[in-house]
Amino acid sequence: MPVLRASIGLAARLAEWGGGRVPMVAGRITSALASPLASPLAPDDYLGLIDPLLSARHPAGRVVAVRPECAGAATLEIRPGRGWAGHRAGQYLPVGVEIDGVRHWRTYSITSPPEAPGRTLTITVKEDPGGRVSPHLVHRTRPGTVLRLSPAQGEFTLPEDPLPPRMLMVTAGSGITPVAGMLRTLAGRRLSGPAPDVVLLHSAPGPDEFLFRAELAGLAARLPWLSVHARYTRTAGRLVPEHMGVLCPDWYDRETWACGPDGLLDALERHWAAAGAGERLRVERFRLTPVPAQGSNMPGGRVRFERSGVEADSSASVPLLETGETAGVAMPYGCRRGICFGCLAPLVHGRVRDLRTGELHGEPGELIQTCVNGAAGPLALAL
Amino acid sequence: MSTTAVLSNATGKPTEELGEELDRIRAEVVAARGTDDARYIRTVIAVQRGLDTGGRAALALSLFPPAWIAGTAMLTTAKILENMELGHNILHGQWDWMGDPAIHSTTWEWDFLTPADAWKHTHNHLHHTYTNVVGLDRDLGYTILRMSPEQRWHPVHLLQPLYNALLAPVFEWGIALYDLEADAVPCGRKSVRALLGDLAGLARKAVRQAAKDYVLFPLLAGPSALPCLLGNVTANGLRNIWAHTVIFCGHFPGAVQTFSYEEAQLDGETRGQWYLRQIQGSANIEGGPLLHVLTGNLSHQIEHHVFPDLPSNRYAELAPRVREICARHGITYVSGPLWRQYASMWGRVLRHSVPHRY
Repeated sequence: MPVLRASIGLAARLAEWGGGRVPMVAGRITSALASPLASPLAPDDYLGLIDPLLSARHPAGRVVAVRPECAGAATLEIRPGRGWAGHRAGQYLPVGVEIDGVRHWRTYSITSPPEAPGRTLTITVKEDPGGRVSPHLVHRTRPGTVLRLSPAQGEFTLPEDPLPPRMLMVTAGSGITPVAGMLRTLAGRRLSGPAPDVVLLHSAPGPDEFLFRAELAGLAARLPWLSVHARYTRTAGRLVPEHMGVLCPDWYDRETWACGPDGLLDALERHWAAAGAGERLRVERFRLTPVPAQGSNMPGGRVRFERSGVEADSSASVPLLETGETAGVAMPYGCRRGICFGCLAPLVHGRVRDLRTGELHGEPGELIQTCVNGAAGPLALAL
Repeated sequence: MSTTAVLSNATGKPTEELGEELDRIRAEVVAARGTDDARYIRTVIAVQRGLDTGGRAALALSLFPPAWIAGTAMLTTAKILENMELGHNILHGQWDWMGDPAIHSTTWEWDFLTPADAWKHTHNHLHHTYTNVVGLDRDLGYTILRMSPEQRWHPVHLLQPLYNALLAPVFEWGIALYDLEADAVPCGRKSVRALLGDLAGLARKAVRQAAKDYVLFPLLAGPSALPCLLGNVTANGLRNIWAHTVIFCGHFPGAVQTFSYEEAQLDGETRGQWYLRQIQGSANIEGGPLLHVLTGNLSHQIEHHVFPDLPSNRYAELAPRVREICARHGITYVSGPLWRQYASMWGRVLRHSVPHRY
């Protein structure tokens, strides 16, 4: 179908024109004029068929390059489409990845500076060997792959100009990713005042696992205001807050950003609070819902109904619909047998078990049938 | 000949085995759903939107008769696909597993007068839960037709062959009014306020849909306005007649059974008994792949009723297996070519228009 291919090529070129502004304006005008004609769909639904990047309602990005980083990690360069609203340095990006026909959502920190319209952004993904999505992104994603994008999120960000005069970044493992985005932004930003003094303390098992090591070393060599200290835990042991006095003697006075495993962040928070500097520490946690072990005697869990402010214990064999109704929550319901999809409710976090098949499932944001799913550990529903 | 099934005849044990066998098939398909299924539904969506766009474009030039024929044919096909293979099946949640918000039962709206939410309640919940139970499944005759000897005869039923024929070309209006459940207001099952709310929702959608097909597109066609309007009316009419045909052939051929509340044993009905009732209350239409796509695979009405939330493209491969299970369990599996099911359905409409008890 050469005509179709040509029109897709044209659409892609259109998307690049004027840094994406031309199609954005044109898209808005067409949408306004054409929406009564497309009812009950939107013109966007037709545009998205020509090229997913033209869709504003379901924003998407196309992978233009996949670059291997250190062991088990890769950087994906993504060209976002019409629906992308930009980001601030340090924010994370929910990415919808399709595997075997099923879309999975994961969030990754954006490692590139806030982009000019039409430019690409990057995320750096570290493979979780037991996971499903990260190995797919690191090893099996080819340029041309379309990923769905949600708006960038998170308050763990670099402040706007003017910056605090002295800054400290404490990171471990893939906790470096949002901070790398901030440092790259700082390195490229034209500042109104003098450059801030920035110290990065990064902890990794060894030099091979230190993401962006060469680049950050290069930046530190080039920029007088940046110093980078690596701590390799395989040889030097874990980073503990008590080391701060040696590694960064003036840590107490610095505005601090920390990202890494919960254990480290908890310890840092205690340390900073004890010193009365709690308000100068910002932390970012990568939250993962632990998958409960498979077994016949599942304990169920405590269910929180967020909008109603109700909590109730739910045994593993009781449908969440019943748990909610017993607790007095106004639950949507239908056939109560799993056929009509009238009882769908968004899962905020946690996992559920399909009472018909025993299958464990549930990702944040997923709509689940409360009449045929029971609690598999603590969870929250947006009801 | 229409009969009323006595489910209690099936002894507990075999029905349980039936339930387990069908549950296993369901689990197999759930585990096997993947890339190919996703590609299938996306292809149908692309084809449907392509036909829709092509049809609209051709009808804009429909002063030329060949353009009128091509445009009307494309638009009719697009509307049929949109209604049957896309709307009906997506609103059943058959594609929710993909996690694609653009192809999801909670976000999909269709080019049929009934708003998706209202239809999901009467169809997915009431019809699929209480399939062919007299008095509970309002789809059994859509409150105006008498399709079972269990339904009380009323002199107006003498006219039902006539009004069933008149219903077909305006089927979407009939379904939209029926989905309002106005008959539930006098008996207190539905409040007047709820009825007014539903009425407003329907009015909003009807205005948008009618404006699009009968005002905006004809106006855009300029000198071709009149033939364009005629093409749109034809496409909607043919879509309605087709939807009426498929749906009536799926539940009303003569051999399909109806149930009374007691026979269906709805309180404490087991999974096996539910499956049995779904099979006995539905009928298949035999034909080629094109027929199956154009009916939204509701030609496999039995498989659809047994597995309403499995992707429609899987019904064809499931049908021989379900049929084999039915043969083994001695369960009637009503299936036949379109013409025979259609004639049989009309026979039933005629037979029950008179106050005879079979």
